[in-house]
Amino acid sequence: MSTNTAYYIPHKATWPVIGTVGLVTMLAGFANYLNGSSIGPTLMVVGLVVFIVMLVGWFTLQAHESEAGMYSTQVGVSYRMGMMWFIFSEIIFFAVFFGTLWYTRNLSVPWLGEGATKELLHSTFEATWPTNGPGKLGGDFKPMGAWGLPFLNTLLLLSSGVTCTWAHHGLLAKNRDQLIKGLIATVSLGFLFVTFQAFEYHEAYTEMGLTLGSGVYGSTFFMLTGFHGFHVCVGAIILSVVLFRSWKGHFQPENHFAFEAAAWYWHFVDVVWLGLFVFVYLI
Amino acid sequence: MSAVVVEHDHHADDHHDHGPAKGLLRWIITTNHKDIGTLYLLFALAMFFVGGSMAMVIRAELFEPGLQFVDPAFFNSMTTMHALVMVFGAVMPAFVGLANWQIPLMIGAADMALPRMNNMSFWMLVAGVLLLASTLFMEGGAPNGGWTLYPPLVLQPITVGKALPFAVFSVHLLGISSIMGAINIIATIFNMRAPAMKLMDMPLFVWTWLITAFLLIAVMPVFAGAVTMLLTDKFFHTSFFNAAGGGDPVLYEHIFWFFGHPEVYIMILPTFGVASTIIPVFARKPLFGYASMVWATASIAFLSFIVWAHHMFTVGMPIAGELYFMYATMLIAVPTGVKVFNWTATMWKGAMTFETPMLFSIAFVVLFTMGGFTGLMMAIAPADFQYHDTYFIVAHFHYTLVPASVFILMAAGYFWLPKWTGHMYNEKIGQLHFWLSTISVNILFFPQHFLGLAGMPRRIPDYAVQFADWNMISSIGGFIFGASQLLFLYIVIDTIKGGTGEKVSDEVWEEASKHSLEWTLPSPVPYHTWTTPPAIVPTEHVLDSH
Ligand code: HEM
Ligand SMILES: [Cu+2]
Repeated sequence: MSTNTAYYIPHKATWPVIGTVGLVTMLAGFANYLNGSSIGPTLMVVGLVVFIVMLVGWFTLQAHESEAGMYSTQVGVSYRMGMMWFIFSEIIFFAVFFGTLWYTRNLSVPWLGEGATKELLHSTFEATWPTNGPGKLGGDFKPMGAWGLPFLNTLLLLSSGVTCTWAHHGLLAKNRDQLIKGLIATVSLGFLFVTFQAFEYHEAYTEMGLTLGSGVYGSTFFMLTGFHGFHVCVGAIILSVVLFRSWKGHFQPENHFAFEAAAWYWHFVDVVWLGLFVFVYLI
Repeated sequence: MSAVVVEHDHHADDHHDHGPAKGLLRWIITTNHKDIGTLYLLFALAMFFVGGSMAMVIRAELFEPGLQFVDPAFFNSMTTMHALVMVFGAVMPAFVGLANWQIPLMIGAADMALPRMNNMSFWMLVAGVLLLASTLFMEGGAPNGGWTLYPPLVLQPITVGKALPFAVFSVHLLGISSIMGAINIIATIFNMRAPAMKLMDMPLFVWTWLITAFLLIAVMPVFAGAVTMLLTDKFFHTSFFNAAGGGDPVLYEHIFWFFGHPEVYIMILPTFGVASTIIPVFARKPLFGYASMVWATASIAFLSFIVWAHHMFTVGMPIAGELYFMYATMLIAVPTGVKVFNWTATMWKGAMTFETPMLFSIAFVVLFTMGGFTGLMMAIAPADFQYHDTYFIVAHFHYTLVPASVFILMAAGYFWLPKWTGHMYNEKIGQLHFWLSTISVNILFFPQHFLGLAGMPRRIPDYAVQFADWNMISSIGGFIFGASQLLFLYIVIDTIKGGTGEKVSDEVWEEASKHSLEWTLPSPVPYHTWTTPPAIVPTEHVLDSH
């Protein structure tokens, strides 16, 4: 428990502005790169480095403050609210792409295959799913099945949710050994998931003809699974930090916001995957 | 809730002084809600003039038929950038600035809940706007496909040049900034409120911002997703909006307006909140129907999610869709009407005085209502086939934004500047600013209704001669309006530097402390306030509903 009942208000903060500079440099670099300018990649790397330095610096500062007992219960409530609403905004972000998939499959593709549109513009087009559209963009491709790697990945992520909860129980029971083992298992399962996804993408690109350019099927497939994979990476990195801190002896049963936030995030990533498995792979 | 006593923490940092850092650095690394509020407000004011200059270019070009000053592509850049700068650089940040200053003062909180993130929200905003503004200086110029960024137009090389990725990343940064700001506001209201203040005691400004913050978190990611798909369609061969690959450009419109309609309410709900704060003070009466105001705000926010396709009546929707969106949109007029009724009833038989903030607020009630009525006209799907993409819409949304949101921002400036600075503004110049603005804004926008009904399309640099007279009148109104705003700039600077020299009381406005907590604090407001939360809170504003 924190030794402090006052609401801690820091008076000066340098990391936010450093992080902003890093992020905007990275994005400006990316935009330049897309426009074919040669300084793009350099700017991106510089921005990324600054951004990472910011993350390390800021989170180290927060960890120290937390361990020094500077955060009262009320501060903890603010952090928890912040994390909850952040996850809410992420859910909305994914909802956009799920909505896109729904709209495409149920509305725009059928519309392309019926009535005057079909007769006058592309009479040979059959509105089936998966499709790369009347223009057959990206050429022939095979859709990704559900029961190979994706199913294995489902099992991996679901078990990682269990190990994460197991670690949490360890933390609450002051069983540090269980906490650390649970986190190691969770992080490993997370990275294993990403590795398998890399294999899956490799196979799609090299053997199945399935790419981002494979019409709207390829677009929705890679956008949804890609953003998800990115979130798994982020979640696994966050959990690694939590693991490192647990190993250094941080966190108490009454004071472990970072663990909770990471776990919430992880469960959110988990649930999104279940949505993906059903809507992208299965049906 | 544990006691909200802010003590300086000695292991935390060794500066025993509570004051700000010295020099320029103070503004860069500050975590103080008042400093950050000031930064937001000044940034918004600067952007108001940047966006305003673009509007002057537009009105100059439209002064006469034919092409006078700028080439058509640049003209279209101006309409696009004017809208983006005003929406994301001026109006939204100005309200966030007010939220930063006022919410902690009004709910008895020592600061915002997450002060470091507060600093980051501001700098992300600046970064986003800079990224967007940089496109003005690029080969091919700034985006010129309209602020809605519709594909396939916005993906054509000619309309976008090199600007698209910058515009997209700018939207991402602005989105991150808004979401962080909104999270902070929600956490502050729920977690930092003085224990004595129940939710239904909160001033309406706080209520409307709470609901607005929710709208922001719910729709900024939608816009971010939409522009991300634009980016991948342009650069990574995806086909989200490309029919050849099975996609559909209309999908973009759906996603954009699912964001876009709540977005207009993001700009108007805090406006409602400020109006509901100012009018009772100068009517010397409790706000009429406090509880109904809260519910009306919540209903408007809810409805704003289910009406988006009223922007797309002409796009070719199934008839059931047209009908649904028509009736759903009309429903919004009900809670909006409740609000207008309540403001009017608040003034009814009040002992009114007409200082500048009150003048702007009354003009807001009248002129916003006009914008609401034209909205209702356009909500009628068959009629909208005539109005769509004409100057009628331009008139509609400018009535809801300029003599509504912008006027209320001005009113807020006049209302709270004396509190913030401890100096009184010059009332004579304030009144002059008001009358010039109110008369010219109508000369500027009222004729645009006629132009639109007669069929003049929006976003064009040249037009048929039959539209010449009203355009010229509109431009004249525009120039007067633009010039009048320099008075506001003058007043802001003058007031900060000492104003009339008259020492303002803590209450500033007669009996204001009966309405809201900030008026019980000294003027100017000290750098740190409410380090112990107030034990009792004013309830004048809720009297009518108890
Ligand atoms: C009673 C309330 C309102 C109704 C019924 C309403 C209705 C509409 C309709 C039907 C349109 C689309 C017209 C068309 O494109 O053909 C429209 C456009 C617009 N409205 Fe409203 N509106 C209302 C209030 C507001 C408010 C409060 C704001 C802003 C603060 C606003 C801002 C806009 C903007 C910016 C556009 C144009 C967007 C564009 O195409 O660029 N409206 N409104
Ligand atoms: Cu709308």
